[in-house]
Amino acid sequence: MTIVKATMAGTVWKVLVQEGEQVEAGQDVVILESMKMEIPIATEVAGTVKRIIAAEGDFINSDDDLVEIE
Amino acid sequence: MANLSVDNKHQNYEEAIKKGGHEKYHAKNKEQGKLFVRERLELLFDEGLLVEDGAFANILAGDLPADGVVTGIGKIHGRTVCVMANDSTVKAGSWGAHTVEKIIRIQETAEKLSVPLLYLVDSAGARITDQIEMFPGRRGAGRIFYNQVRLSGRIPQICLLFGPSAAGGAYIPAFCDVVVMVEGNASMYLGSPRMAEMVIGEKVDLETMGGARMHCTVSGCGDVLAKSEEEAISYARRYISYFPANFKNKPNLETPKVPASFEKTIDEIIPKNQNAAFNMYDLIDRIIDEDSFCEVKKLFAPEIITGLARINGQSVGIIANQPRVKGGVLFHDSADKAAKFISLCDAFHIPLIFLADVPGFMIGTQVEKLGIIRHGAKMIFAMSEATVPKITVIVRKAYGAGLYAMAGPAFEPDVCIALTGAQIAVMGPEAAVNAVYANKIAEMPKDEQASFIENKRNEYREEIDIYKLASELIIDEVIEPNKLREVLEKRIEVYKSKELDSVNKKHGVRPV
Repeated sequence: MTIVKATMAGTVWKVLVQEGEQVEAGQDVVILESMKMEIPIATEVAGTVKRIIAAEGDFINSDDDLVEIE
Repeated sequence: MANLSVDNKHQNYEEAIKKGGHEKYHAKNKEQGKLFVRERLELLFDEGLLVEDGAFANILAGDLPADGVVTGIGKIHGRTVCVMANDSTVKAGSWGAHTVEKIIRIQETAEKLSVPLLYLVDSAGARITDQIEMFPGRRGAGRIFYNQVRLSGRIPQICLLFGPSAAGGAYIPAFCDVVVMVEGNASMYLGSPRMAEMVIGEKVDLETMGGARMHCTVSGCGDVLAKSEEEAISYARRYISYFPANFKNKPNLETPKVPASFEKTIDEIIPKNQNAAFNMYDLIDRIIDEDSFCEVKKLFAPEIITGLARINGQSVGIIANQPRVKGGVLFHDSADKAAKFISLCDAFHIPLIFLADVPGFMIGTQVEKLGIIRHGAKMIFAMSEATVPKITVIVRKAYGAGLYAMAGPAFEPDVCIALTGAQIAVMGPEAAVNAVYANKIAEMPKDEQASFIENKRNEYREEIDIYKLASELIIDEVIEPNKLREVLEKRIEVYKSKELDSVNKKHGVRPV
């Protein structure tokens, strides 16, 4: 199990995956909006999306959990 | 028969020196995927070690061949370089009195010859039994670090970390220009995990506390993470080719090459939407000689890219924001990374190319507590101090202090070029309209807000239009993105004779 975490503080703009979906390593799973920029967040591991932790519109800090991959 | 016994004695000594430590330590080395020190040197140099000094150090002790360190001179790409290399088969590469003396002497030799010095480190640290002789005195281990600082910027100093670099010894990599670490074997730490448990009660393993990956991704003490010793050595051979032998010379010119060819042009890879991410490596590949990128600190603070490259055979240092990571925003670590790289290139006459696509420095409580202003100041300080040719390219945008840190017009770049479509401003249109009209927007009827905001944003965009800035001589040239390589080639060529003396003073008070 791996948790994809936020690389910086910002707002969750888009969640690009759904629970149960297969993802590849390096695939973007969430896009944050921070400093007026779109910040794509990729998973480092391949697997299945077990849980979406962050919801669109949430404010998150650096290192907060976004998505759980199994 | 006296002569024969002398010959035998000499031969035995020589064999012992070449062999290194006891068999069992060689076996342990193999198990860990480590090469014997003399094998490392064979790989490092064109034709092995040409000259070795102090090989007979501590020979009478019986079990301390070369006193655990090989020092000498060899050639890389035909150019002379000095080396010190710990022998991990001799008391785990630990330092005795003569080990330290040999290291100090090869530093003195490198200074006299004005040639690069490589440190091949694989050492458990000080031999406690020798401490009075090797630790506190004028020519004790402290002298090694003192010399490193003296040599810094005079000659390139490169560290290859194959094993531990413990306690005081951990400062050898810290004072080098660049540190290559072999994953799994290299480590740097002041106190071992055993000591950490005893002294502060922390239970931790070596890899977590001071492993190569940690240092190359988190602490920033490591610059390059290598999978194997061969890879580490080959990186060092490559890296050194971008540098002159010393600060009095300029880097060698290599055979010019054209950039690799790609289906998509520069114009096609840069998104028109200022806020969308793109991969800055794609741009770098299109402007440098094919296969000439030699990256430094790839895994650390990847929101900024720093690396050596060639344009028409000439060494250049590239500092580029990476919109793909953290939006290319500057953080404390990215500023720190860029500051050291700029200072490295400036020391050895390597022109700097800044590729700016930066929304600014990160804001918020978290980064203020980390001293983002202090770290940002380091970058701006190093960039201002640099007297090598500085070419600034505004790729898409440079907002706020991001413009300053990326060698904006006020920082004496030789030229500030903007690609068509680039924006320079205190902040982007979205943030600016909000900053100026927030109260007004809040007071107006909801259905009028959107069109008001859009109008004001458009007005703002016109206000910061790149041709307006060019018309006001704020930027020196606006070019079509696909012309960038061509323009850089010409600029680098004409700035070759640049002479700019440092300001006359002892030295600045650096915001370290």
